This record gives sequence, C-alpha cells and structure tokens, in this order.
Amino acid sequence: MTRAFLAVVGRDLRLALRQGSDALAALVFYVVVVALFPLGVGPEPGALERMSGGVVWIGALLAAMLSLDRLFQADYEDGGLDLLLLAPAPLEVLVLAKCLAHWLTAGLPILLASPLLGLLLNMRPEAWLALVAGMALGTPALSLVGAVGAALALGARRAGTLVPLLVLPLVVPVLVFGVAAVEAAAAGLDTAPPLMLLAAASLAALALCPWAAAAALRQAAA
Amino acid sequence: MAARATHPLLAAERLACARGGRTVFRGIGFALAPGGALAATGPNGAGKSSLLRLLAGLAAPAGGAILWDGAPVAADLRAHAARLRYLGHATGAKPALTAAEELAWRARLWGAGAEGIARALARFGMEGRADVPARYLSDGQRRRIALAALVAAPAPLWLLDEPSVGLDADGLDALEDAIAEHRRGGGIAVVATHAPIGLGPPWETLDLAAETATGRGAGAPEDELEDGP
Repeated sequence: MTRAFLAVVGRDLRLALRQGSDALAALVFYVVVVALFPLGVGPEPGALERMSGGVVWIGALLAAMLSLDRLFQADYEDGGLDLLLLAPAPLEVLVLAKCLAHWLTAGLPILLASPLLGLLLNMRPEAWLALVAGMALGTPALSLVGAVGAALALGARRAGTLVPLLVLPLVVPVLVFGVAAVEAAAAGLDTAPPLMLLAAASLAALALCPWAAAAALRQAAA
Repeated sequence: MAARATHPLLAAERLACARGGRTVFRGIGFALAPGGALAATGPNGAGKSSLLRLLAGLAAPAGGAILWDGAPVAADLRAHAARLRYLGHATGAKPALTAAEELAWRARLWGAGAEGIARALARFGMEGRADVPARYLSDGQRRRIALAALVAAPAPLWLLDEPSVGLDADGLDALEDAIAEHRRGGGIAVVATHAPIGLGPPWETLDLAAETATGRGAGAPEDELEDGP
C-alpha cells in the first residue's frame, strides 16, 4: 500500500515537473491577481495594509482552483483512472497520494510566494509568520476538498468552471480563519485560535475527502 | 472443449449490461478454466468493451453474476482488482513519461519488482526506445508499452479490449506470444476483438449480439457457450 502510494506521488510529481507550465501558470496567476489590487485600489498604504490578508488569501484560493480541474481530468481521458481504480491498494489511499502531489506542486509554491505578496500589499512584518503558518495549515484542505470537486466534475462539460463553483463555497472556513490569523497577528493578538481552526479544517478534510473523492471517481468510471 | 473439462476459475452467469437505460446484452454466460481464453466478438455496440468493464469490476452488471473460483467477485472487488490486468482503448500511457518510467511506476503500483521491466520492453521491441517520452512515440508503440506492463507485472486474469489496434505484424506476433505464454502459465485471457487474433489453441468465442438475440438468458451458463474454431 505504501509502495502504491509512493508510486502515484512519484509519477504525479514527475509529470508536474515535466509539464512545469501548469504549476507555473497557477503561481503566476496568483502573483498577477494580488498585484492587481494596488493598481485597482490605489497606493494608499493604510487601505492596502488593512485588506492585505484577505487579498492574499483570496488570491491563493483562486490560484488553487486553477490547477484543480487537471487533478483527475487527464487520467480520466487517457485511461489512467482505470489503472488507479484497479490497483491493489485502496482507491482512497491513491486519492490521498494525488492530493499530496497536488499540494506539493500547487499549494507549496503558493505558500512560499505569499510573504512576498504580503510585502507588495504593505502587510505588517509581524503578520508574515501568521500568513505563512496559516497557509501551511490551510492549503492542504484546498487540495483535499478540491479533489472532491475535481472528481465530481469529471465528464461534465466546462469542468474548469464547475470545479470552483463546487469547491469555493466549501473552503470559506479556510479563508475566514486564514485572514483572522493574519489580522490577529497584525493587531498583536493571539494567533493560536484561528491557526488551530485552520488545522482542524485540514484534518476534517483529510478524514472525509479521500472517501468522497474515491466514491465520485468510481461513479465517473462506471 | 478442453477448458470445460477442468474446474472453472472465471465464470459469468446470465450476465446483463445496460447503458443509459438500454439493454446492451443479456443472458451472457461462460466458464474459463486456468489457461483458458475467450474472444468476445460482435458488431460495434454489441457490448464488448462493456463486458470487459463488467469483468474488471469497473461497472456493475444490470443482472447476473461474475464468479472467480466459485465466489462472486462483487463481494470483494479489491481482491478481484489485484488479480486482473485491464487494458482498455485508452492505454493510460502519459505523454511526458518514458516507456521505462511508465513500466516502473505501474510495477510499483501493482506491487511487482522492477526486474521484469527490461525483459518486458525487449519482448515488445521497445528496448531501443525505453528512454523516449511517449509523446514522441506512435500509437502502436504506446500500445506496446501498455502490453509490456502486463508482462512486467504478471496477474492471473488479462482483460484486453482490442489489444491489436495500432500494432504492426511484429507487434501482433509479440502480443500473440505473450497471451500464449500467459495461458501456459495458467493465466486466463478475455479479449474483445473483431480482428482475428491468434490466442493460441484452444480458445472460445462469445458472440455478444447473437447470444442476446437468441434470448437464452434463463439457461445454464454452459448452454450459452459457442465453440471456437
């Protein structure tokens, strides 16, 4: 089971590295969306600083959505999904492997870019740590909930539009607590409660989403 | 029928399939002993691919049962998946991966070692192109990769959907050799095809359209077998 898990993670990472443009596109999208805000809102430092946490988190959510529709779509189209369904390991474990590979290629770059984007928005330096910690605890939930949406949208026309519509309402708690952590840090308050709630959201997603996504994949193949 | 003389390992009883509310086939039955082979034939839309997906457990039958060693496979689909290799129209070969990488990850997924990979690639004439990404290979060569994966990580039941599509004469020879060797080792092969493939004698054919038309769905599975040439 561990071998099968690692086989899927290894294959997906290799594919992502070979086709680096997909992962890069999500990252560039993230940077562009966040960079538009100073242009649109104006350079008044107070206004940007106040909204910096929300803007960075919304940008991260949208960038994560961009990479989700490819999570199972290619496997669905080229027959690779049958390989996963007929593997000796439980499908839930293999879904988790795909989520991990997705997080490493989409969530981690977003996490690493976020302090720089905070700087762009005049975010207070004392809030950076809360931003990065919140991203580290919250982005796994984006990959996991996203996998359910991506699996449900298989076979649908315009899956690329459907996936964000399915997933974004479900990841609102991640946005709320992520922004709360940044604002608490900026105001000098305790960041532990929102960070713990982010961790709880990711753990709940870890417990539920592989099963839901696996059920949706079986349905898509039948 | 030599296959029927011994204990059947894979059997289907009164199998029916519906797609989109329409019955594709019904009353399909067969029994295959170790070393047996079945060619599912019929015109386009007769349900050859659907039969293989039912046998793989990827879809649920509308009626009837599939038995492995006398036990219904629906009771433990994961155990069934572990003993079969399914090759559909789409091979699942990723354009960005080389043949060697494709076989290596599949072997790990299936819990097999890496030692059989080079031999399997050589068997399908891919040893010189093992390090070329599949996007630069032809459809026939990608099919050779998927077939080599079957040989590299053996399993008792092969379900092959039109495996000869895109293969040249050499590739077809290699496929026929591989199926014959698989059967000599006690493996079972179910092949959906309308092109004649030498499965190695003796093998059975199942004409899905004819079986459905005769409506012998209530009969015993043995009644529905047609002898191969």
